[in-house]
Amino acid sequence: MPEHTVTSYDDELNQMTGTILRMGGMVEQQLADAITALVTRDPELAARVIADDQPVDRLEHEIDHLVMRLLALRQPMAVDLRLITASLKISSDLERIGDYAANVAKRASVLSQVEPMRPVAVIPRMSQTVQGMIKDVLDAYMARDAEMALAVWRRDEEVDEIYNSLFRELLTYMMEDPRHITPCTHLLFIAKNIERMGDHATNIAETIAFLVTGTPLDEARPKGDTTPFATAPELPAVSGSEEA
Amino acid sequence: MTMTMASAATETAGGVARNMPPSKMEVSGLDVYYGANQALYDVDMNVAEKRVSALIGPSGCGKSTFIRCLNRMNDIIESCKVSGNVLLDGSDIYARELDVVQLRARVGMVFQKPNPFPKSIYDNVAYGPRIHGLAENAGELDEIVENSLRRAGLFDEEADRMNEPGTSLSGGQQQRLCIARAIAISPEVILMDEPCSALDPIATAKVEELIDELKEDFTIAIVTHNMQQAARVSQYTAFFHLGKLVEFGDTERIFTNPDEKRTQDYITGRFG
Repeated sequence: MPEHTVTSYDDELNQMTGTILRMGGMVEQQLADAITALVTRDPELAARVIADDQPVDRLEHEIDHLVMRLLALRQPMAVDLRLITASLKISSDLERIGDYAANVAKRASVLSQVEPMRPVAVIPRMSQTVQGMIKDVLDAYMARDAEMALAVWRRDEEVDEIYNSLFRELLTYMMEDPRHITPCTHLLFIAKNIERMGDHATNIAETIAFLVTGTPLDEARPKGDTTPFATAPELPAVSGSEEA
Repeated sequence: MTMTMASAATETAGGVARNMPPSKMEVSGLDVYYGANQALYDVDMNVAEKRVSALIGPSGCGKSTFIRCLNRMNDIIESCKVSGNVLLDGSDIYARELDVVQLRARVGMVFQKPNPFPKSIYDNVAYGPRIHGLAENAGELDEIVENSLRRAGLFDEEADRMNEPGTSLSGGQQQRLCIARAIAISPEVILMDEPCSALDPIATAKVEELIDELKEDFTIAIVTHNMQQAARVSQYTAFFHLGKLVEFGDTERIFTNPDEKRTQDYITGRFG
Protein backbone atom coordinates (compact mmCIF):
# COMPACT_ATOMS: atom_id res chain seq x y z
CA MET A 1 0.00 0.00 0.00
CA PRO A 2 1.50 3.36 -0.98
CA GLU A 3 1.89 5.96 1.73
CA HIS A 4 -0.46 8.83 2.33
CA THR A 5 0.42 12.21 0.89
CA VAL A 6 0.12 13.50 4.46
CA THR A 7 2.74 11.45 6.34
CA SER A 8 1.44 12.30 9.81
CA TYR A 9 -1.72 10.39 8.85
CA ASP A 10 0.40 7.27 8.32
CA ASP A 11 2.17 7.91 11.62
CA GLU A 12 -1.16 8.00 13.44
CA LEU A 13 -2.38 4.81 11.76
CA ASN A 14 0.89 3.08 12.63
CA GLN A 15 0.59 4.23 16.21
CA MET A 16 -2.90 2.72 16.36
CA THR A 17 -1.91 -0.65 14.86
CA GLY A 18 1.21 -0.74 17.05
CA THR A 19 -0.93 -0.23 20.15
CA ILE A 20 -3.26 -3.07 19.10
CA LEU A 21 -0.29 -5.39 18.65
CA ARG A 22 1.15 -4.40 22.01
CA MET A 23 -2.20 -5.03 23.65
CA GLY A 24 -2.44 -8.40 21.88
CA GLY A 25 1.00 -9.40 23.10
CA MET A 26 0.00 -8.50 26.64
CA VAL A 27 -3.18 -10.60 26.70
CA GLU A 28 -1.33 -13.50 25.08
CA GLN A 29 1.16 -13.38 27.97
CA GLN A 30 -1.65 -12.93 30.49
CA LEU A 31 -3.31 -16.14 29.33
CA ALA A 32 -0.03 -18.10 29.30
CA ASP A 33 0.77 -16.93 32.83
CA ALA A 34 -2.73 -17.72 34.10
CA ILE A 35 -2.38 -21.29 32.87
CA THR A 36 1.09 -21.62 34.38
CA ALA A 37 -0.32 -20.36 37.67
CA LEU A 38 -3.01 -23.02 37.46
CA VAL A 39 -0.68 -25.90 36.62
CA THR A 40 2.12 -24.95 39.04
CA ARG A 41 -0.39 -23.96 41.75
CA ASP A 42 1.25 -20.56 42.12
CA PRO A 43 -1.03 -17.93 43.76
CA GLU A 44 1.60 -15.21 43.45
CA LEU A 45 1.79 -15.55 39.71
CA ALA A 46 -2.03 -15.62 39.63
CA ALA A 47 -2.11 -12.31 41.51
CA ARG A 48 0.28 -10.79 38.97
CA VAL A 49 -1.98 -11.89 36.10
CA ILE A 50 -4.93 -10.21 37.79
CA ALA A 51 -2.94 -7.00 38.23
CA ASP A 52 -1.84 -7.14 34.58
CA ASP A 53 -5.41 -6.45 33.54
CA GLN A 54 -5.06 -2.76 34.31
CA PRO A 55 -2.41 -1.89 31.71
CA VAL A 56 -4.50 -3.77 29.12
CA ASP A 57 -7.52 -1.65 29.98
CA ARG A 58 -5.38 1.46 29.70
CA LEU A 59 -4.29 0.46 26.20
CA GLU A 60 -7.92 -0.04 25.23
CA HIS A 61 -8.67 3.53 26.27
CA GLU A 62 -5.64 4.71 24.36
CA ILE A 63 -6.98 3.02 21.22
CA ASP A 64 -10.45 4.54 21.75
CA HIS A 65 -8.79 7.92 21.88
CA LEU A 66 -6.62 7.33 18.80
CA VAL A 67 -9.63 6.10 16.82
CA MET A 68 -11.77 9.08 17.73
CA ARG A 69 -8.97 11.42 16.79
CA LEU A 70 -8.44 9.75 13.43
CA LEU A 71 -12.16 9.81 12.66
CA ALA A 72 -12.51 13.44 13.62
CA LEU A 73 -9.36 14.80 12.01
CA ARG A 74 -8.75 12.62 8.95
CA GLN A 75 -12.19 11.70 7.64
CA PRO A 76 -10.88 8.25 6.67
CA MET A 77 -12.22 6.49 3.59
CA ALA A 78 -12.30 2.96 2.21
CA VAL A 79 -9.47 0.74 3.46
CA ASP A 80 -8.38 3.34 6.05
CA LEU A 81 -11.90 3.55 7.41
CA ARG A 82 -12.11 -0.23 7.61
CA LEU A 83 -8.75 -0.43 9.38
CA ILE A 84 -9.79 2.14 11.96
CA THR A 85 -13.20 0.65 12.74
CA ALA A 86 -11.70 -2.86 12.74
CA SER A 87 -9.04 -1.76 15.24
CA LEU A 88 -11.68 -0.34 17.55
CA LYS A 89 -13.54 -3.66 17.52
CA ILE A 90 -10.38 -5.72 17.89
CA SER A 91 -9.28 -3.72 20.91
CA SER A 92 -12.54 -4.46 22.71
CA ASP A 93 -12.22 -8.18 21.86
CA LEU A 94 -8.67 -8.17 23.23
CA GLU A 95 -9.80 -6.38 26.36
CA ARG A 96 -12.38 -9.13 26.96
CA ILE A 97 -9.72 -11.81 26.45
CA GLY A 98 -7.63 -10.06 29.10
CA ASP A 99 -10.62 -10.06 31.48
CA TYR A 100 -11.10 -13.78 30.99
CA ALA A 101 -7.41 -14.43 31.63
CA ALA A 102 -7.70 -12.52 34.91
CA ASN A 103 -10.75 -14.63 35.76
CA VAL A 104 -8.83 -17.84 35.09
CA ALA A 105 -6.08 -16.54 37.38
CA LYS A 106 -8.56 -15.85 40.20
CA ARG A 107 -9.87 -19.41 40.05
CA ALA A 108 -6.31 -20.81 39.73
CA SER A 109 -5.50 -19.11 42.98
CA VAL A 110 -8.51 -20.76 44.70
CA LEU A 111 -7.65 -24.15 43.19
CA SER A 112 -4.09 -23.94 44.49
CA GLN A 113 -5.52 -24.29 47.97
CA VAL A 114 -7.39 -27.57 47.41
CA GLU A 115 -6.46 -31.10 46.35
CA PRO A 116 -5.15 -31.27 42.74
CA MET A 117 -7.69 -32.58 40.23
CA ARG A 118 -6.82 -34.81 37.30
CA PRO A 119 -8.80 -32.91 34.57
CA VAL A 120 -6.49 -29.92 35.17
CA ALA A 121 -4.19 -31.61 32.65
CA VAL A 122 -6.61 -30.98 29.76
CA ILE A 123 -6.73 -27.23 30.38
CA PRO A 124 -3.18 -26.41 29.11
CA ARG A 125 -3.90 -28.28 25.87
CA MET A 126 -7.08 -26.29 25.35
CA SER A 127 -5.35 -23.07 26.28
CA GLN A 128 -2.48 -23.75 23.90
CA THR A 129 -4.90 -23.92 20.98
CA VAL A 130 -6.45 -20.60 22.02
CA GLN A 131 -3.04 -18.99 22.58
CA GLY A 132 -2.10 -20.11 19.08
CA MET A 133 -5.29 -18.58 17.73
CA ILE A 134 -4.60 -15.26 19.45
CA LYS A 135 -1.05 -15.19 18.17
CA ASP A 136 -2.00 -16.07 14.60
CA VAL A 137 -4.91 -13.65 14.48
CA LEU A 138 -2.58 -10.84 15.56
CA ASP A 139 -0.13 -11.88 12.84
CA ALA A 140 -3.02 -11.84 10.36
CA TYR A 141 -3.88 -8.32 11.53
CA MET A 142 -0.32 -7.15 11.10
CA ALA A 143 -0.02 -8.76 7.65
CA ARG A 144 -3.62 -7.87 6.61
CA ASP A 145 -3.95 -11.52 5.66
CA ALA A 146 -7.55 -12.70 5.27
CA GLU A 147 -6.56 -16.32 4.61
CA MET A 148 -4.60 -16.54 7.83
CA ALA A 149 -7.53 -15.01 9.68
CA LEU A 150 -9.86 -17.60 8.17
CA ALA A 151 -7.59 -20.41 9.33
CA VAL A 152 -7.96 -19.07 12.89
CA TRP A 153 -11.71 -18.80 12.39
CA ARG A 154 -11.88 -22.50 11.53
CA ARG A 155 -9.78 -23.56 14.52
CA ASP A 156 -12.45 -22.40 16.95
CA GLU A 157 -14.23 -25.70 16.38
CA GLU A 158 -11.29 -27.56 17.87
CA VAL A 159 -11.56 -25.49 21.06
CA ASP A 160 -15.28 -26.14 21.29
CA GLU A 161 -14.67 -29.88 20.96
CA ILE A 162 -12.12 -29.93 23.78
CA TYR A 163 -14.50 -27.89 25.88
CA ASN A 164 -17.40 -30.29 25.24
CA SER A 165 -15.43 -33.36 26.22
CA LEU A 166 -13.99 -31.64 29.29
CA PHE A 167 -17.49 -30.58 30.29
CA ARG A 168 -18.65 -34.20 30.24
CA GLU A 169 -15.58 -35.42 32.07
CA LEU A 170 -16.05 -32.85 34.86
CA LEU A 171 -19.69 -33.85 35.24
CA THR A 172 -18.66 -37.45 35.86
CA TYR A 173 -16.13 -36.37 38.48
CA MET A 174 -18.71 -34.32 40.29
CA MET A 175 -21.19 -37.17 40.33
CA GLU A 176 -18.57 -39.57 41.59
CA ASP A 177 -17.85 -37.57 44.71
CA PRO A 178 -19.62 -34.42 45.91
CA ARG A 179 -16.33 -33.16 47.37
CA HIS A 180 -15.17 -32.71 43.79
CA ILE A 181 -17.95 -30.26 43.04
CA THR A 182 -16.13 -27.12 44.21
CA PRO A 183 -12.85 -27.66 42.33
CA CYS A 184 -14.65 -29.06 39.27
CA THR A 185 -16.94 -26.04 39.11
CA HIS A 186 -13.90 -23.78 39.13
CA LEU A 187 -12.33 -25.86 36.36
CA LEU A 188 -15.56 -25.73 34.41
CA PHE A 189 -15.57 -21.94 34.58
CA ILE A 190 -11.91 -21.83 33.61
CA ALA A 191 -12.63 -23.99 30.59
CA LYS A 192 -15.62 -21.82 29.69
CA ASN A 193 -13.46 -18.71 29.99
CA ILE A 194 -10.87 -20.19 27.64
CA GLU A 195 -13.61 -21.23 25.25
CA ARG A 196 -14.92 -17.63 25.27
CA MET A 197 -11.41 -16.34 24.52
CA GLY A 198 -11.46 -18.57 21.44
CA ASP A 199 -14.75 -16.96 20.44
CA HIS A 200 -13.23 -13.51 20.75
CA ALA A 201 -10.23 -14.59 18.65
CA THR A 202 -12.78 -15.82 16.11
CA ASN A 203 -14.51 -12.41 16.20
CA ILE A 204 -11.19 -10.76 15.52
CA ALA A 205 -10.63 -13.12 12.59
CA GLU A 206 -13.99 -12.10 11.13
CA THR A 207 -13.14 -8.44 11.62
CA ILE A 208 -9.83 -8.91 9.80
CA ALA A 209 -11.46 -10.74 6.90
CA PHE A 210 -13.79 -7.74 6.52
CA LEU A 211 -10.92 -5.29 6.91
CA VAL A 212 -9.03 -6.94 4.06
CA THR A 213 -11.84 -7.81 1.64
CA GLY A 214 -14.47 -5.21 2.44
CA THR A 215 -17.18 -7.88 2.44
CA PRO A 216 -18.43 -9.72 5.52
CA LEU A 217 -17.97 -13.48 5.81
CA ASP A 218 -21.19 -14.93 4.48
CA GLU A 219 -21.21 -18.21 6.34
CA ALA A 220 -22.41 -18.77 9.88
CA ARG A 221 -19.48 -19.16 12.22
CA PRO A 222 -18.60 -22.64 13.48
CA LYS A 223 -20.74 -23.25 16.55
CA GLY A 224 -19.38 -26.24 18.39
CA ASP A 225 -20.36 -25.63 21.99
CA THR A 226 -23.17 -28.16 22.52
CA THR A 227 -23.09 -28.05 26.32
CA PRO A 228 -26.19 -25.82 26.59
CA PHE A 229 -28.12 -28.94 25.51
CA ALA A 230 -26.16 -31.44 27.65
CA THR A 231 -27.84 -33.50 30.32
CA ALA A 232 -26.19 -35.39 33.20
CA PRO A 233 -24.61 -38.64 32.11
CA GLU A 234 -25.78 -41.96 33.56
CA LEU A 235 -24.21 -42.46 36.96
CA PRO A 236 -21.29 -44.84 37.05
CA ALA A 237 -22.62 -48.24 38.11
CA VAL A 238 -20.38 -48.59 41.23
CA SER A 239 -23.00 -47.80 43.85
CA GLY A 240 -25.60 -49.65 41.83
CA SER A 241 -28.85 -49.11 43.76
CA GLU A 242 -30.20 -45.74 42.44
CA GLU A 243 -32.27 -47.14 39.62
CA ALA A 244 -35.46 -48.77 40.75
CA MET B 1 -16.04 -26.84 6.53
CA THR B 2 -16.18 -24.79 3.37
CA MET B 3 -15.80 -21.07 3.48
CA THR B 4 -16.59 -18.51 0.85
CA MET B 5 -16.60 -14.77 0.89
CA ALA B 6 -19.54 -12.78 -0.35
CA SER B 7 -18.80 -12.13 -4.00
CA ALA B 8 -17.33 -8.68 -4.48
CA ALA B 9 -19.51 -6.22 -6.31
CA THR B 10 -18.53 -5.84 -9.92
CA GLU B 11 -20.51 -2.93 -11.19
CA THR B 12 -17.98 -0.59 -12.64
CA ALA B 13 -18.08 -1.56 -16.27
CA GLY B 14 -19.41 1.05 -18.64
CA GLY B 15 -20.44 3.54 -16.00
CA VAL B 16 -23.61 1.71 -15.01
CA ALA B 17 -24.30 0.48 -11.49
CA ARG B 18 -26.48 -2.43 -10.55
CA ASN B 19 -30.11 -1.67 -9.73
CA MET B 20 -29.69 1.78 -11.19
CA PRO B 21 -32.91 3.71 -11.84
CA PRO B 22 -33.65 4.70 -15.47
CA SER B 23 -31.01 6.93 -17.03
CA LYS B 24 -31.84 10.53 -17.79
CA MET B 25 -28.67 10.95 -19.81
CA GLU B 26 -26.58 8.30 -21.50
CA VAL B 27 -23.05 8.99 -22.61
CA SER B 28 -21.08 6.56 -24.70
CA GLY B 29 -17.74 6.62 -26.48
CA LEU B 30 -17.17 10.25 -25.55
CA ASP B 31 -13.85 11.69 -26.78
CA VAL B 32 -13.02 15.35 -26.26
CA TYR B 33 -10.05 17.26 -27.64
CA TYR B 34 -8.84 20.75 -26.90
CA GLY B 35 -6.80 21.37 -30.03
CA ALA B 36 -4.26 18.56 -30.13
CA ASN B 37 -4.78 17.58 -26.47
CA GLN B 38 -7.21 14.82 -25.73
CA ALA B 39 -9.14 15.60 -22.53
CA LEU B 40 -11.51 12.62 -22.43
CA TYR B 41 -10.98 9.09 -23.69
CA ASP B 42 -13.92 6.91 -24.67
CA VAL B 43 -16.08 7.67 -21.64
CA ASP B 44 -19.26 5.67 -21.10
CA MET B 45 -21.46 6.81 -18.28
CA ASN B 46 -25.14 7.05 -17.43
CA VAL B 47 -26.71 9.77 -15.32
CA ALA B 48 -29.55 8.31 -13.27
CA GLU B 49 -32.87 10.13 -13.27
CA LYS B 50 -33.75 12.05 -10.08
CA ARG B 51 -30.53 11.06 -8.41
CA VAL B 52 -27.33 12.91 -7.65
CA SER B 53 -24.26 11.71 -9.53
CA ALA B 54 -20.92 13.02 -8.29
CA LEU B 55 -17.81 13.30 -10.43
CA ILE B 56 -14.53 13.24 -8.57
CA GLY B 57 -10.88 13.15 -9.55
CA PRO B 58 -7.71 15.23 -9.41
CA SER B 59 -7.41 18.54 -11.24
CA GLY B 60 -7.22 18.09 -14.98
CA CYS B 61 -8.79 14.63 -14.91
CA GLY B 62 -11.60 15.66 -17.26
CA LYS B 63 -14.54 15.74 -14.89
CA SER B 64 -15.45 19.36 -15.65
CA THR B 65 -14.97 18.73 -19.35
CA PHE B 66 -17.35 15.80 -19.04
CA ILE B 67 -20.07 17.75 -17.26
CA ARG B 68 -19.76 20.61 -19.76
CA CYS B 69 -20.46 18.17 -22.58
CA LEU B 70 -23.84 17.43 -21.04
CA ASN B 71 -25.30 20.79 -22.06
CA ARG B 72 -22.83 21.65 -24.79
CA MET B 73 -21.02 24.34 -22.82
CA ASN B 74 -17.89 23.24 -24.65
CA ASP B 75 -19.37 24.60 -27.90
CA ILE B 76 -18.20 28.05 -26.81
CA ILE B 77 -14.56 26.94 -26.86
CA GLU B 78 -13.40 27.11 -30.43
CA SER B 79 -10.63 24.54 -30.31
CA CYS B 80 -12.84 22.01 -28.58
CA LYS B 81 -13.88 18.93 -30.53
CA VAL B 82 -16.41 16.47 -29.14
CA SER B 83 -17.23 13.05 -30.54
CA GLY B 84 -19.34 10.20 -29.23
CA ASN B 85 -22.94 9.99 -28.10
CA VAL B 86 -24.64 12.10 -25.47
CA LEU B 87 -28.32 11.26 -25.18
CA LEU B 88 -30.94 13.14 -23.18
CA ASP B 89 -34.07 11.00 -22.81
CA GLY B 90 -32.74 8.91 -25.65
CA SER B 91 -32.14 11.71 -28.18
CA ASP B 92 -28.77 12.98 -29.28
CA ILE B 93 -28.01 16.43 -27.87
CA TYR B 94 -25.29 16.97 -30.49
CA ALA B 95 -27.80 16.45 -33.35
CA ARG B 96 -27.52 19.11 -36.06
CA GLU B 97 -31.12 20.30 -35.78
CA LEU B 98 -31.02 20.67 -32.01
CA ASP B 99 -31.57 24.13 -30.52
CA VAL B 100 -28.82 24.69 -27.97
CA VAL B 101 -30.80 27.35 -26.13
CA GLN B 102 -33.65 24.89 -25.65
CA LEU B 103 -31.16 22.24 -24.55
CA ARG B 104 -29.72 24.53 -21.89
CA ALA B 105 -33.25 25.27 -20.67
CA ARG B 106 -33.62 21.53 -20.06
CA VAL B 107 -30.08 21.06 -18.75
CA GLY B 108 -29.22 23.97 -16.46
CA MET B 109 -25.91 24.78 -14.86
CA VAL B 110 -24.57 26.24 -11.63
CA PHE B 111 -20.95 27.34 -11.59
CA GLN B 112 -18.14 27.41 -9.09
CA LYS B 113 -18.22 31.12 -8.44
CA PRO B 114 -21.64 32.58 -7.74
CA ASN B 115 -22.39 34.75 -10.76
CA PRO B 116 -25.63 36.66 -10.21
CA PHE B 117 -26.59 39.11 -12.96
CA PRO B 118 -26.09 42.75 -12.05
CA LYS B 119 -29.80 42.99 -11.44
CA SER B 120 -32.19 42.77 -8.53
CA ILE B 121 -32.76 39.52 -6.71
CA TYR B 122 -36.19 39.32 -8.31
CA ASP B 123 -34.92 39.95 -11.84
CA ASN B 124 -32.13 37.40 -11.47
CA VAL B 125 -34.71 34.68 -10.98
CA ALA B 126 -37.30 36.17 -13.36
CA TYR B 127 -34.81 36.48 -16.21
CA GLY B 128 -35.02 32.89 -17.47
CA PRO B 129 -38.79 32.50 -17.26
CA ARG B 130 -39.15 35.83 -19.11
CA ILE B 131 -36.95 34.97 -22.07
CA HIS B 132 -38.42 31.48 -22.33
CA GLY B 133 -41.96 32.87 -22.01
CA LEU B 134 -42.87 30.63 -19.11
CA ALA B 135 -45.22 33.11 -17.42
CA GLU B 136 -48.51 34.39 -18.91
CA ASN B 137 -48.65 37.44 -16.67
CA ALA B 138 -46.98 39.27 -13.83
CA GLY B 139 -48.81 37.22 -11.21
CA GLU B 140 -47.53 33.96 -12.65
CA LEU B 141 -44.02 35.34 -12.85
CA ASP B 142 -44.21 36.40 -9.19
CA GLU B 143 -45.26 32.89 -8.33
CA ILE B 144 -42.38 31.28 -10.23
CA VAL B 145 -39.88 33.64 -8.60
CA GLU B 146 -41.29 33.06 -5.14
CA ASN B 147 -41.35 29.27 -5.57
CA SER B 148 -37.83 29.15 -6.91
CA LEU B 149 -36.48 31.34 -4.11
CA ARG B 150 -38.41 29.32 -1.57
CA ARG B 151 -36.95 26.06 -2.85
CA ALA B 152 -33.49 27.57 -2.68
CA GLY B 153 -34.20 28.58 0.92
CA LEU B 154 -33.83 32.27 0.12
CA PHE B 155 -37.39 33.51 0.18
CA ASP B 156 -37.84 33.62 3.92
CA GLU B 157 -34.44 35.24 4.37
CA GLU B 158 -34.84 37.87 1.66
CA ALA B 159 -38.60 38.32 1.05
CA ASP B 160 -38.48 42.07 1.67
CA ARG B 161 -35.26 42.70 -0.30
CA MET B 162 -36.52 41.55 -3.72
CA ASN B 163 -35.46 44.78 -5.40
CA GLU B 164 -31.97 44.93 -4.03
CA PRO B 165 -29.14 43.83 -6.26
CA GLY B 166 -28.29 40.10 -6.27
CA THR B 167 -24.69 41.01 -5.71
CA SER B 168 -25.57 42.49 -2.30
CA LEU B 169 -26.15 39.00 -0.91
CA SER B 170 -23.50 36.99 0.90
CA GLY B 171 -21.49 34.43 -1.10
CA GLY B 172 -23.59 31.49 0.06
CA GLN B 173 -26.81 33.34 -0.63
CA GLN B 174 -25.56 34.36 -4.06
CA GLN B 175 -24.93 30.70 -4.87
CA ARG B 176 -28.40 29.77 -3.73
CA LEU B 177 -29.73 32.66 -5.84
CA CYS B 178 -27.95 31.10 -8.84
CA ILE B 179 -29.58 27.78 -8.01
CA ALA B 180 -32.97 29.51 -7.74
CA ARG B 181 -32.27 31.09 -11.12
CA ALA B 182 -31.40 27.68 -12.57
CA ILE B 183 -34.56 25.99 -11.28
CA ALA B 184 -36.86 28.89 -12.24
CA ILE B 185 -37.02 27.62 -15.82
CA SER B 186 -37.89 24.09 -14.61
CA PRO B 187 -34.95 22.27 -16.12
CA GLU B 188 -34.83 18.48 -16.06
CA VAL B 189 -31.15 18.20 -15.31
CA ILE B 190 -28.99 20.52 -13.20
CA LEU B 191 -25.22 20.43 -13.66
CA MET B 192 -23.13 21.82 -10.84
CA ASP B 193 -19.47 22.55 -11.28
CA GLU B 194 -17.87 22.90 -7.83
CA PRO B 195 -20.89 24.78 -6.45
CA CYS B 196 -19.54 25.01 -2.91
CA SER B 197 -15.83 25.57 -3.31
CA ALA B 198 -16.16 29.31 -2.70
CA LEU B 199 -18.50 28.93 0.27
CA ASP B 200 -18.04 28.64 4.02
CA PRO B 201 -19.09 25.42 5.80
CA ILE B 202 -22.53 26.68 6.83
CA ALA B 203 -23.37 27.98 3.36
CA THR B 204 -22.01 24.69 1.99
CA ALA B 205 -24.29 22.70 4.30
CA LYS B 206 -27.27 24.76 3.12
CA VAL B 207 -26.43 24.11 -0.52
CA GLU B 208 -25.98 20.39 0.20
CA GLU B 209 -29.34 20.29 1.95
CA LEU B 210 -30.81 22.03 -1.09
CA ILE B 211 -29.24 19.49 -3.47
CA ASP B 212 -30.76 16.72 -1.39
CA GLU B 213 -34.22 18.26 -1.74
CA LEU B 214 -33.83 19.09 -5.42
CA LYS B 215 -33.18 15.48 -6.38
CA GLU B 216 -36.88 14.79 -5.75
CA ASP B 217 -37.62 16.67 -8.97
CA PHE B 218 -34.38 17.07 -10.84
CA THR B 219 -31.54 14.95 -12.11
CA ILE B 220 -28.29 16.33 -10.75
CA ALA B 221 -24.67 15.89 -11.78
CA ILE B 222 -22.09 17.56 -9.57
CA VAL B 223 -18.37 18.02 -9.93
CA THR B 224 -16.61 18.40 -6.61
CA HIS B 225 -13.10 18.39 -5.23
CA ASN B 226 -14.48 17.76 -1.78
CA MET B 227 -14.76 14.01 -1.45
CA GLN B 228 -16.73 14.17 1.77
CA GLN B 229 -19.20 16.29 -0.12
CA ALA B 230 -19.44 13.74 -2.92
CA ALA B 231 -19.97 11.05 -0.30
CA ARG B 232 -22.63 13.09 1.47
CA VAL B 233 -24.78 14.30 -1.41
CA SER B 234 -24.56 11.72 -4.17
CA GLN B 235 -26.01 8.29 -4.80
CA TYR B 236 -23.59 7.48 -7.62
CA THR B 237 -19.96 8.43 -7.95
CA ALA B 238 -17.67 8.46 -10.96
CA PHE B 239 -13.92 8.66 -10.51
CA PHE B 240 -11.99 10.21 -13.40
CA HIS B 241 -8.26 10.14 -13.89
CA LEU B 242 -6.19 11.35 -16.83
CA GLY B 243 -9.27 11.72 -19.00
CA LYS B 244 -10.62 8.25 -18.34
CA LEU B 245 -13.52 7.07 -16.28
CA VAL B 246 -11.71 4.75 -13.88
CA GLU B 247 -14.61 3.58 -11.78
CA PHE B 248 -18.31 4.19 -11.45
CA GLY B 249 -20.74 2.82 -8.88
CA ASP B 250 -22.88 3.31 -5.80
CA THR B 251 -21.41 6.12 -3.75
CA GLU B 252 -21.40 4.04 -0.60
CA ARG B 253 -19.38 1.30 -2.25
CA ILE B 254 -16.94 3.68 -3.93
CA PHE B 255 -16.12 5.26 -0.57
CA THR B 256 -16.03 2.11 1.54
CA ASN B 257 -14.76 -0.60 -0.78
CA PRO B 258 -13.80 0.52 -4.28
CA ASP B 259 -12.77 -2.08 -6.86
CA GLU B 260 -9.97 -0.10 -8.47
CA LYS B 261 -6.67 0.54 -6.77
CA ARG B 262 -6.45 4.02 -8.30
CA THR B 263 -9.82 4.94 -6.81
CA GLN B 264 -8.74 3.63 -3.43
CA ASP B 265 -5.48 5.58 -3.57
CA TYR B 266 -7.26 8.77 -4.54
CA ILE B 267 -10.04 8.72 -1.97
CA THR B 268 -7.75 7.70 0.87
CA GLY B 269 -5.25 10.45 0.05
CA ARG B 270 -2.45 8.25 -1.28
CA PHE B 271 -2.27 9.71 -4.74
CA GLY B 272 1.24 9.87 -6.15
